[in-house]
Amino acid sequence: MAEEKKYKYSIIIPTYNERLNIALIVYLIFKHLRDVDFEIIVVDDGSPDGTQEIVKQLQNLYGEDRVLLRARAKKLGLGTAYIHGLKHASGDFVVIMDADLSHHPKYLPSFIKKQLETNASIVTGTRYVKGGGVHGWNLMRKLTSRGANVLAQTLLWPGVSDLTGSFRLYKKSVLEDVISSCVSKGYVFQMEMIVRATRKGYHIEEVPITFVDRVFGTSKLGGSEIVEYLKGLVYLLLTT
Amino acid sequence: MKHVVKILSLVVAVSAFWITLLQAAIVPQSHTWLLPIYFVVSLGCYGLLMVGVGIMQFPTCPQEAVLLNHDIAEAKEFLSTNGIDIGTY
Repeated sequence: MAEEKKYKYSIIIPTYNERLNIALIVYLIFKHLRDVDFEIIVVDDGSPDGTQEIVKQLQNLYGEDRVLLRARAKKLGLGTAYIHGLKHASGDFVVIMDADLSHHPKYLPSFIKKQLETNASIVTGTRYVKGGGVHGWNLMRKLTSRGANVLAQTLLWPGVSDLTGSFRLYKKSVLEDVISSCVSKGYVFQMEMIVRATRKGYHIEEVPITFVDRVFGTSKLGGSEIVEYLKGLVYLLLTT
Repeated sequence: MKHVVKILSLVVAVSAFWITLLQAAIVPQSHTWLLPIYFVVSLGCYGLLMVGVGIMQFPTCPQEAVLLNHDIAEAKEFLSTNGIDIGTY
C-alpha cells in the first residue's frame, strides 16, 4: 500500500488580550485535530492581560513544538502579524483564524479535507451559504453585512461568497505570494487577500462555517467603518 | 488586466451599442435616450432585491451558541485539571 503523504499545518492565531480564549481555542484545536501533524503559532502583540503567560503554560502542557509563542512588543496590526507568524511556520499549509472563538476549530478537518480533495490553493470559510451561518447579529448588522456583500460582488466579482471572512487555509507558498502584495489594514486586508488571490488565478474553494459573535453590545460597525469599507472597495476596484 | 479595465471595457461596449441604437433608430429615439436610466434603475432594484433576499435567507445558527458554551465548559474543566491558570473569567 502506498504511503500517503502527510502534510503539516501551521495555525497562526494573532492575539491581543485573549488570555482565556487562547487556552480554550488551543484545547479545541487539539481535540479536533487528533491525527493531524500541526503547530499553533500564537502571535501576541504584548497583551497586558497575561496572554503570553497562559501560552507558556500551554506550551508546558502540549509541547513547545506544538504551541509556539512568537510575540511582538506592541499592537502592530493583523497583516504584519500574519507575516510574522509565517516566518516561523514550518508547515506545508497555513491556517489563519481568530482567537476569540468566533472561528470554531471543529471546522479545521473540513478545511483540510476540502483542500486534499480539490488540491485548492486556498480554502476559505464562508458564513453565507447553507450549512454555514451567524449567531449574535441583529437585523441592522445583517443588513450592513448583506449590503456590503452585494456591493462587493457587483463591483469586484471576487469569486467567493464571504469576502471579509478571516478563517482560511492557504498553501504556504500561496499565502507568502498573496500577502506580499497586500497593503490594506483591518478587514479590508482580508478582502484584499482574497481578491488578489482570485486575480492571480489561484484555485479557491469554500467550506461553510458558523460564526458565533460573542462580542455583544459593542457596535463594531459605525459610520467610519462604513466609509473605510467603501474606500477599501474603491481601492480594490482600481488596483486589482 | 486590471479588473477596472474589464469593467470599463464592458461600459464602453454597452455605450457603443447604445449609440448605435440611437443612430440606427430601429427603436424610437425617445425610448433609446432613456435606456441608460432604465438600466441604472434596474440595477439598483436588482441590488436591493438581492439585499432583501439575502437578509431573509440569512443563515443563522442559534444552536451553535449552545454548542459553543458546552465546548467552553469542557475546555475549562480540562484546562483547570491540567494546571492552566484560567482564572475567574
